[in-house]
Amino acid sequence: MEEKKVVPFNGTKEQEKQLLEVIESHKGQDGAAIPVLHKAQDIYGYLPIEVQTMIAEGLNIPLAEIYGIVTFYTQFSLNPKGRYQIGVCLGTACYVKGSGDILEKIKSILGIDVGECTPDGKFSLDATRCIGACGLAPVMTINDDVYGRLVVDDVEDILGKYE
Amino acid sequence: MVNLKINGQAVSVPEGYTVLEAAREVGIDIPTLCYLKDYSETGSCRMCVVEIVGARALQAACVYPVAEGIEVLTHSPKVKAARKSTLELLLSNHDRKCLTCIRNKHCELQTLSEELGVDDIRYEGEIIKREIDDLSPSIVRDNNKCVLCRRCVNVCKNIQTVGAIDATERGFKTQIACAFNKSLADSNCVNCGQCIAACPVGALKEKDNTAAVFEEIANPDKYVIVQTAPAVRAALGEEFGFEMGTPVTGKMAAALRRLGFDKVFDTDTGADITIMEEGTEFIERLNNGGKLPLITSCSPGWIKFCEHNFPDFLDNLSSCKSPHQMFGAVIKSYYAEKHNIDPKKICVVSVMPCVAKKFESSREEMEFNKLRDVDIVISTRELARMIKQAGIKFEKLPDEKFDAPFEEASGAGVIFGATGGVMEAALRTVADVLEGKSIDQIDYHAVRGTEGIKEATLNIAGKDVRIAVAHGLGNARKLLESIRSGEKNYEFIEIMACPGGCVTGGGQPICSAKEYMDHDVKAERAKALYTEDANSPVRKSHENPDIKLLYSEYFEKPGSHKAHELLHTTYVKRKRF
Repeated sequence: MEEKKVVPFNGTKEQEKQLLEVIESHKGQDGAAIPVLHKAQDIYGYLPIEVQTMIAEGLNIPLAEIYGIVTFYTQFSLNPKGRYQIGVCLGTACYVKGSGDILEKIKSILGIDVGECTPDGKFSLDATRCIGACGLAPVMTINDDVYGRLVVDDVEDILGKYE
Repeated sequence: MVNLKINGQAVSVPEGYTVLEAAREVGIDIPTLCYLKDYSETGSCRMCVVEIVGARALQAACVYPVAEGIEVLTHSPKVKAARKSTLELLLSNHDRKCLTCIRNKHCELQTLSEELGVDDIRYEGEIIKREIDDLSPSIVRDNNKCVLCRRCVNVCKNIQTVGAIDATERGFKTQIACAFNKSLADSNCVNCGQCIAACPVGALKEKDNTAAVFEEIANPDKYVIVQTAPAVRAALGEEFGFEMGTPVTGKMAAALRRLGFDKVFDTDTGADITIMEEGTEFIERLNNGGKLPLITSCSPGWIKFCEHNFPDFLDNLSSCKSPHQMFGAVIKSYYAEKHNIDPKKICVVSVMPCVAKKFESSREEMEFNKLRDVDIVISTRELARMIKQAGIKFEKLPDEKFDAPFEEASGAGVIFGATGGVMEAALRTVADVLEGKSIDQIDYHAVRGTEGIKEATLNIAGKDVRIAVAHGLGNARKLLESIRSGEKNYEFIEIMACPGGCVTGGGQPICSAKEYMDHDVKAERAKALYTEDANSPVRKSHENPDIKLLYSEYFEKPGSHKAHELLHTTYVKRKRF
């Protein structure tokens, strides 16, 4: 079975303490899973298996159910965000101008899928809705930098600028 | 009573009935898919929709309660069109390789296609290719066949309270999987196989070991001995057109002989050995202040569940191996020595109503002197397939006996296959030992029946013994939590992982949702065993002459050093998830 590949977990004792407090305050409540997952994501930035397991054990909910919730809602992330967060606009204008190909190129260079982060924690990749720069379509962003009127061959050089 | 009209026909049914149940009472068959009586009642697949006159939208009959005066249309043109479209959309993303599917001719989706008149695949679209999970020794999951009905999820999570699988991702990408898409083999799955029994299609099946058995039989150097669990005889006949609850013990022995096994033995004898060991263990713990309650250890699904969820109860588990493991160890030691057979050449095949037994037999503890107790485990369904593949006309077979020297087990061994059976068998022996004589009482009706948790207090030799019997892991969880909290206390407990015990185990012939509506499967199959017990000349394990001989010639006495080496085992603490 192809398991989800993830960045190695390096949560701190302090984060764990905060999460256990959150779990404790929701114990026994109906519908506790979603608010606890939200707070856990605030604490850790994402929801790796270690965090989901703590929540499952703490709230007495099967891990498979917790994972089902996390993968159902797009606001939950299984992966941390990288130091450089790439967003490729898949809004209508960018899409018709070929941003799908840009996205595929990035995926193949970095070896990750949308929603994932490279194992070294450098790049994470998201597909975004319209970011309002349609005149520059197709557009991608890396942190606060915006790159417009892209062609597939630009991608490698752009990624190479980030150390 | 509630009065309503279904398709113009006046119907009167008790309050609390669903429209589906009411229609069935008057001979109207509403198609279902996600519904499985008592196990999965969520109304999500929309296959059972009906028109309630005056209601805004079509309603799911499986969860719609009857109400006074309503008028229901179960097969109006609008209803039929809606059902058919739903089914056609399901089929559009289904791996339609029916010819090579394990459930060919026994598939609820296939039946629906026929009954709803689907004669064309109108919606050709993308079909997601899913990886097959076949790493577990017990269960294979093929999501290419899955229709996302969630019957498996409901059974695993709500009935068994295991929760190894759930719906993950969303929309078109939705699939039933373990957390982080791990294999069942790396999860908290206990291998009970109730998911297989619940699956309407071929998305879940047992790991097939029939090829290995055929290969061993064909090997002239191997001495292949088969043993069959009590529950197998109570259900195998269903695969060959016999009425549910018909015991087919004699024909089964005949079929096994014709398949070419060198010896055909009965695991009921193993059950009798289990009673000797477990009964002795109970009496010792009771008299010498040992850890109580003693909890039975015959059900490998229950054992793994305990290891994951109740590690604080591991010392309460009986150290006894399960009957087929014990019997395998006896075959490769006592039997092999007595008949001068090299135990390395013996292959022990167990036919079990269970798929967790496949996992159990692969546990590293289950061997002695590097000889595995049991070499291959096949389920009742796999045996039926072998019989069909060998061209044996099962229904035409004569009734034959098991082989000597284990021809006849006790009636106590037979009832192991039903919930409460192990407890009753143990009580028959424990009472005699404690009283110091053969007492008249044989039947213990308090532990029979299909109630989830059964309790009784028995006075045996002047001592009050509090007993409890739980079947289905949700009931087991409830029972153990009540002991953990101090609310309840017992001396002796029987737990079986599967609801109903082994007769409705995860390796038994699969019943469709319709059969569950028309039959009390647990009770009907159990009746076959209780009848065989009542007709047995010997009904207590310690009175079985073969067992007496085994102990006098080999083990000396129950609980002896040799018995511990061969017949007892240990457990491990496992992570919760």
